[in-house]
Amino acid sequence: MSKTGVFICHCGSNIAGVVAVEKVVESAKTLPGVKVAMDYKYMCSDPGQNLIINTIKEQALDRVVVGSCSPRMHENTFRMTIERAGLNPYRLEIANLREHVSWVHSEKASATDKAIKLVELAVAKVRRNEPLQKIYAEIEKRALVIGGGIAGIQAALDIAANGYKVTLVEREPSIGGRMSQLDKTFPTMDCSACILTPKMVAVAQNKDITLLTYAEVEQVHGYVGNFEVNINKKARFVSMTKCIGCGVCTEKCPSKKRLSEFNANIATRKAIYTPFPQAVPNIPVIDKDSCMYFATGKCKVCEKVCPAGAVDYTQEDEIITEKFGAIVVATGYDLYDHSSYGEYGYGEIPDVITGLQLERMINSGGPTGGHIKRPSDGKEPETVVFIQCVGSRDDAKGKPYCSRVCCMYTAKQALLLREHYPNSKAIVFYMDIRAAGKGYEEFIQRVQTEYGVLYLRGRVSRIYEKKDHLLVKGVDTLSGNQVEIKADMVVLATGLKPKKEAQNLAQLLHIGYDQNGFYTELHPKLAPVETQIAGVYLAGCCQSPKDIPDTVAQSSATAAKVGALLSKERLEIEPMISEVNPLLCSGCRMCYNACPYGAIEMEDTEIRRGEIRCVAKVLVSVCKGCGVCVAGCYCKAIDLKGWTDRQLMEQIKVISYC
Amino acid sequence: MEKDINIIGFLCNWCSYAGADLTGLNRIIYPTNIKIVRIPCTGRMDPVLIMEAFHNGADGVLVSGCHPGDCHYTEGNYYWRRRHAVLKRLLEFLGIDERRFQATWVSASEGKRFAEVVKKVVDDVRSWKKNE
Amino acid sequence: MYKVAYFPGCSLDSTAKEYGISTRLICKDLGIELLEIHAWICCGATTAHITSELMAAALPAMSLLQAEKRNLPICSPCSACFSRLKLADIDLKKNVQLRMDVAEVIGGEYKGTTEVLHLWQVIQKYGNLKPKKELKGLKVASYYGCLLTRPPEVCPDERIEDPQFLDNLVTSLGGEPVLRWNYKTQCCGAAFSLTKTDIVHRLSGEILKDARERDADCIIVACPLCHSNLDARQAEIKLNFSIPILYFTQLIGLALGYGYAELGLRKHFVQARGLLSLKGLL
Repeated sequence: MSKTGVFICHCGSNIAGVVAVEKVVESAKTLPGVKVAMDYKYMCSDPGQNLIINTIKEQALDRVVVGSCSPRMHENTFRMTIERAGLNPYRLEIANLREHVSWVHSEKASATDKAIKLVELAVAKVRRNEPLQKIYAEIEKRALVIGGGIAGIQAALDIAANGYKVTLVEREPSIGGRMSQLDKTFPTMDCSACILTPKMVAVAQNKDITLLTYAEVEQVHGYVGNFEVNINKKARFVSMTKCIGCGVCTEKCPSKKRLSEFNANIATRKAIYTPFPQAVPNIPVIDKDSCMYFATGKCKVCEKVCPAGAVDYTQEDEIITEKFGAIVVATGYDLYDHSSYGEYGYGEIPDVITGLQLERMINSGGPTGGHIKRPSDGKEPETVVFIQCVGSRDDAKGKPYCSRVCCMYTAKQALLLREHYPNSKAIVFYMDIRAAGKGYEEFIQRVQTEYGVLYLRGRVSRIYEKKDHLLVKGVDTLSGNQVEIKADMVVLATGLKPKKEAQNLAQLLHIGYDQNGFYTELHPKLAPVETQIAGVYLAGCCQSPKDIPDTVAQSSATAAKVGALLSKERLEIEPMISEVNPLLCSGCRMCYNACPYGAIEMEDTEIRRGEIRCVAKVLVSVCKGCGVCVAGCYCKAIDLKGWTDRQLMEQIKVISYC
Repeated sequence: MEKDINIIGFLCNWCSYAGADLTGLNRIIYPTNIKIVRIPCTGRMDPVLIMEAFHNGADGVLVSGCHPGDCHYTEGNYYWRRRHAVLKRLLEFLGIDERRFQATWVSASEGKRFAEVVKKVVDDVRSWKKNE
Repeated sequence: MYKVAYFPGCSLDSTAKEYGISTRLICKDLGIELLEIHAWICCGATTAHITSELMAAALPAMSLLQAEKRNLPICSPCSACFSRLKLADIDLKKNVQLRMDVAEVIGGEYKGTTEVLHLWQVIQKYGNLKPKKELKGLKVASYYGCLLTRPPEVCPDERIEDPQFLDNLVTSLGGEPVLRWNYKTQCCGAAFSLTKTDIVHRLSGEILKDARERDADCIIVACPLCHSNLDARQAEIKLNFSIPILYFTQLIGLALGYGYAELGLRKHFVQARGLLSLKGLL
């Protein structure tokens, strides 16, 4: 007979306020196999845990049931508790008396009855709990960082500083990301390039960092500590080793000019190009789609002018496979496409531009040399209207969330406009000003008072395109008046959304994403950089919109987590995984075909002396314990440890006989 | 007094069980008739377990997992979806009222929805029991 | 011949007689047979839907039911009638209780199988439009107004803020549409037509002025109320120009070779004769 101890927690008044704890204890004492039952005010506290430990020792218990909060909260805590008392940590079951009883039921008598039942349920299950042994695996002491924006750069540098090898994969020809497109950064107005480019160079020069630009992650196999990743190095058609970065090829390229992605489509680029002069690496790529040679078979101008003989039209995509212990996802964001806003002209009015386009104009390295000019006629704008929350906080557009940076970047751009053209007028339409950051509120105040930017609280109902100006109609909700503004240019503060391909990558990595497409962290408060897949971490805007300081902080946090993982000698793996009984296995391959992880192998095994059959075998370090194989097995030869058929059957019996 | 109805709920650990926890966190009240059994994934749901529940006298069974596409184990809930479709027809054939066996998707963020699901299942099973 | 139940509405035989005349005229040419609904009644526009939900649905339901019984789609050239018919159709499909209540009032259940179309949609989908005369050099601003575009579920175009269907029609007739004209869905002030005419003057004035600024020769409309505000009030608005307002059916009529008087163009306050002869369209 098993010797089970039942410990019921009051959780202050959280449980005891609704559930008659003493009745639960009394009833637990009568259950088969229960040797002792007791209650305590806070079971998870130090004295509470000691109570459990001492009782286990005094009464020589071999199994424990704790009636407390959700197992998702404290299962691990109590596993460690009973381990300290010398029990196998897996001989524990939790009855969820808080989230599933006292917090969701108000009627005391029936809530108590349910609590009694849930404890009985846990006792029935624990009776069948087998001691499980932890499994250990080796760790590949290298990290992969996906995305070379400021988040990925910071994470890579920090991981390398911890002494581990890092591979940084970036899909664009250069690292730098969104931050390299910006002019100044709020609220301190330091020049974005001045603080970013040294970090980009540091990445390139760090001997522990392997930089793979113009490359994409194609496939991910394996598990924490042992990921196997296929990376596609897209053909650059320029030799990385021969190119000297002189730029003659770009200069001479005769191809039709394409809109420059880096310049937010307000300028053009050639078919052979580097996104921007400070690119790292400073080696151009040929965009096959706009190259004349690839279209017509004629041209080859770049090959002719290259002094280093670096152009190579025969290059092909190359897929490399590497092993990593940890993966950091730092894929960043895209900007909301405002062409869905009919009231702002469906993105078709030339003088209605986005914040990023204005950013490229203000940037002295940008296509207008740092001058703000209207796209329609190149004139300096006098009155500029800024509209915030375009594609943010707008349920009608399916974007209910706040993009967090638009209030601040609008204020920054209004300031820069006023600084650049002192005679100009800047008017901002806002819903709320969200300036919660160090020095942010002061910055907004400064923009309003010192720079005379007019803030109107309200929305714009329509932008009318007149002959030589725009007529902006809106409402100022503070005065209650409708307003009409004759503007030269309108700047839309478009919000942030996840990268278009973010969901594909999530599928490759098996990580989750929320209804808005942002990757889900393991816990919103207590595990903000981990994901539900062990060994995969998040940094930057792929998790949620955030500004540069928060991104950098999160990246360093991620690097710390990666360091903690890689510094371990070996890895503990949850032992609640599948197990095959070869005697019962018929070798039908049902489980082999069903397993989503490829964790089942079919192997010739000596079942009895002299009898060799091909039966299923579980690869312990690959199995994740989902149980798909168990439910599919015809001969009940495979079972899931910790969730065995017998355990579930016992529980079903207990409930069904209510 | 007549015995109140008794429903067994199998919730996957990653979405629906967490969703049910969230219901608690938000203090949304629902009937006590449901008792929840935690399972790792709806892919673990062997149809035999559900037959066993009815065999032992459960009035209703609810199985809830991650929304299609969101499975923690990538595709466990797709296996369940197919098993469910077959099992449903089998139970119909056996004369078990369709109101007694329900399957749904509840994510970890749908605390309110979980309470609504429970209320609906309890109402459905009650209406079946009344006509019994 | 494509058969369709025709709901002319009250205006088409009175204030917008020329809209009715031109509609019947061109439909014959386009191979569309308009079968006027027997004893149609008021669509309920402007008053019913702010008075009673039941009345707002029941009035159009009478006509919808007739069309349904004959298994025909229903069409109206008047934007207000179209809007009421379409919204009643949507509400009756959605709301079972309302459907039952309406069935009791009108003595028959409307099942919701009738397709509700604006005349423009019928022409676009089923009309055999072959212009005899190209409207070369005629710059046309298409004014859609509110009833064809709001609420979004009645709007036949996905771009509710910048619908294109009348502009496309102009192009297909060989004319030159005024593109990206932001005033095409702007309010003309019709609701205040009789009570606060100063508001109508301001709103309609803005529309007319902007059309002129964009060098439009004329404006086409698909609604009798829009027409009366933009056409009849031009003198009151005191503009320093005048711009002819045509029904889109009249524009089609011109392309089909009909004459000025035949299309009822003489009935307009701002005469288009000068413009049309200048462009060689008469």
